[in-house]
Amino acid sequence: MATAHLTVDRAEKFRIVCGILDRHGYRPSGLIPILQAIQREYQYLPEEVLTFVATSLDLPPARVFGVATFYAHFALEQKGKHVIRICDGTACHVKQSLPILNAIHGELGTSEKQKTSIDALFTVETVACLGACGLAPVVVVDEQVYGGMTPERAVALVNEIKMQEIAGDAQAAAAAVNGELHVH
Amino acid sequence: MSTNEGSVVMNDSPGAGQTAMRRVILCAGTGCMANGAMKVFERFRKEMDQAGLNVVLELRPEAGDRDVRLSKSGCQGFCQMGPLVSIVPDGILYTKVRAEDVPEIVERTLVSGEAVERLLYKDPATRRICRGLEDNPFYARQDRRVLRECGFLDPEDIREFMLHGGYSAAKKAFLEMSPENICKQISESGLRGRGGGGFPTGRKWEAARIQKAAKKYVICNGDEGDPGAFMNRSVMEGNPHSVIEGLMIAARAIGADQTFVYVRAEYPLAVERMNRAVADAEREGILGKNVFGTGLTLKCNVLEGAGAFVCGEETAMIASIEGRRGMPTPKPPFPAQSGLWGKPTIINNVETLAHVPRIINEGAAAFRSIGTPESPGTKTFALTGHVANTGLVEVPFGTKLRELVLEISGGITDDNGKPMKNGFKAVQIGGPSGGCLTEEHLDLPLAYDSLRKVGAMVGSGGLVVLNQRTCMVSMARFFMEFTQRESCGKCVLCREGTKQLLALLDDVIEGRADAGTLDLLEKLGRAVQVGSLCGLGKTAPNPVLSTLRYFRKEYEEHIFEKRCRTGRCKALLKPEINAERCKGCGLCIKSCPTGAISGEKKKPHHIDPELCIKCGACATACKLQAVEGV
Ligand SMILES: Cc1cc2nc3c(=O)[nH]c(=O)nc-3n(C[C@H](O)[C@H](O)[C@H](O)COP(=O)(O)O)c2cc1C
Ligand code: FES
Repeated sequence: MATAHLTVDRAEKFRIVCGILDRHGYRPSGLIPILQAIQREYQYLPEEVLTFVATSLDLPPARVFGVATFYAHFALEQKGKHVIRICDGTACHVKQSLPILNAIHGELGTSEKQKTSIDALFTVETVACLGACGLAPVVVVDEQVYGGMTPERAVALVNEIKMQEIAGDAQAAAAAVNGELHVH
Repeated sequence: MSTNEGSVVMNDSPGAGQTAMRRVILCAGTGCMANGAMKVFERFRKEMDQAGLNVVLELRPEAGDRDVRLSKSGCQGFCQMGPLVSIVPDGILYTKVRAEDVPEIVERTLVSGEAVERLLYKDPATRRICRGLEDNPFYARQDRRVLRECGFLDPEDIREFMLHGGYSAAKKAFLEMSPENICKQISESGLRGRGGGGFPTGRKWEAARIQKAAKKYVICNGDEGDPGAFMNRSVMEGNPHSVIEGLMIAARAIGADQTFVYVRAEYPLAVERMNRAVADAEREGILGKNVFGTGLTLKCNVLEGAGAFVCGEETAMIASIEGRRGMPTPKPPFPAQSGLWGKPTIINNVETLAHVPRIINEGAAAFRSIGTPESPGTKTFALTGHVANTGLVEVPFGTKLRELVLEISGGITDDNGKPMKNGFKAVQIGGPSGGCLTEEHLDLPLAYDSLRKVGAMVGSGGLVVLNQRTCMVSMARFFMEFTQRESCGKCVLCREGTKQLLALLDDVIEGRADAGTLDLLEKLGRAVQVGSLCGLGKTAPNPVLSTLRYFRKEYEEHIFEKRCRTGRCKALLKPEINAERCKGCGLCIKSCPTGAISGEKKKPHHIDPELCIKCGACATACKLQAVEGV
């Protein structure tokens, strides 16, 4: 869950990072897989974790930040609960992926600069080809691939998730009260 | 190993090399999965069980007569028509299968042995119904070699791969051949790199083989950065062991004991399948500490990229594996001399490696017997864009562009996927490094050298077909935006040059360009080609230069007439209300978000060009088609 780490205290947070560093043998050459593993835990790379990684690997922080900012896959900011990726690879582009992107931005109040919606439910990104070009235009929500998209279908999909969230919120709240909330 | 080692059963029909047990093969490629292939799979399981058939999920050679093997395969290539279900040995291919269709398939095909006609593919051109692969124009004109096993082997079952002759070539390379002989055989086959450059693979291996170094590396390039290409993804997902086998032979040829497979970040399933394949191969004693009992060590690590196009370039990939920013370094030294951690390293594309086992097994001459003398063998192409059949096609080099683009493709379509007569405008080949070709090139044989001559390249093999409704200037801009974004920023001409090229293209599209713009585009494009450090910059201007060469008129219309013939360049639109048609109903006034339309009731309305944002809402609202020019 995207917000789960907020409830984890610092010691717990660094315990997880140490586990990852251990598994990679503290090798500086393993920097990219290490950052990938950290991002899998937190959905993004918190700044304090990056500095911690730099110290642990005995690398200048600039080197770690340099790598983290170079690769598009790494996020330095927290993402929304659901990540919507609109493919703008060539095959999808020629089949009119941009109107889909604009429709989703319009629906969620997001934009190219402001990728995450105010309610932190959605992050909207573009990606250059998901390798499902046969189904162009393609939209991926979390890990689910949707092919043959149209602006209308995309908006309907987004609204469906919103509705589920509203319905699910009550359940999640109840679960949290019962101490069932799962923390990494 | 199985008893059929040495003999290559791979060329036989799917299902050969085992018993004649009937098989139901579901395509579990990305495309079919997205369309619900797993639901179909589960339904098959249930319905077959209920029909009293014995569902066999794991491969085993002895079969009873009510045994039907149900398995998943990698991408069968016909993505547009998925989910696909093949039934062998009946030779039936069902398309667009839904879970609801399964009971009928079980009852009529599996129990009674007849085909369900409504699920068979219908050729859009001739309306003819195609029963299986042989009579399906999409498949019949292909020569599937690398892709062949993708369509029927279970990618998660190493035993099945081995039963079809898998790993026999690697075994031969380790037990019977010297490294020198392997290099020689690959050189003689004329195999050229499928990753874009077309460099002779044998020569590359030989260069690394003769290096004296205790440590050497082989890297499989599965970064597949070309947006709009997915052949490497399909091979890694559909036949991961064939990639590992090629990688092993390469390692044996140069004397490496460590290999890497670098997979693009957007391909999680490929990462998973490759990882599983490596683990299975280790368990079978194929990879690991004692390869085929020779006492030799060979390790394989699967690495996940992190989303940088430039990392497909060899030296950038090496930097990335070393844990640094993926920035290219000047060549020489070539990786074959000094690569990963300064050691001799060879990097080959997924598809290049997937060809290798067959060359070792069948010999160089057999490989050379197809394709052209300079470009032997087959190549897979990802056929996408405005065509009826999008998917993966594998054809011999030398095949005419026309055959792929107009024939195997099932014809050109409009934006809604409906057939479009004479709709062909251009085909973009080779991705962001490639070029756009036109009608006049359709009879060009597809090969490395013929394409280079006309300013395009085979590249990874992405073929994006464009219909008449596509603005070529915008297309060039699309690629330029991509390469500009992906430029690593190391060298000035690539970093700044692509930015300026993009700005110039924006000038054309937004109506600011003048007579000097085209010259400037050409000059700057040439400069970026010459002055960039790596292939990214060297090829980045290709889409602009090739469209300038073949679609110059379209550029000129944008510049001098301030007009885009497709109406797709918004800034050039001039919406006007046709006074004769307009009845002054006021619908357009209500629809306009910026209040740009005015007029008295029942009198022709007027659009204020200063306020108009060209959104087209008025045109949509108007019932009389009185709004023109949007
Ligand atoms: C910017 C850039 C991107 C590239 N991307 C890829 C890629 O995604 N896959 C690939 O196999 N080769 C790619 N290449 C080509 C590789 O540098 C290299 O030539 C190739 O992997 C060699 O393998 P091959 O000889 O088997 O083709 C790229 C080159 C450049 C300059
Ligand atoms: S271009 Fe969108 S999936 Fe390939």
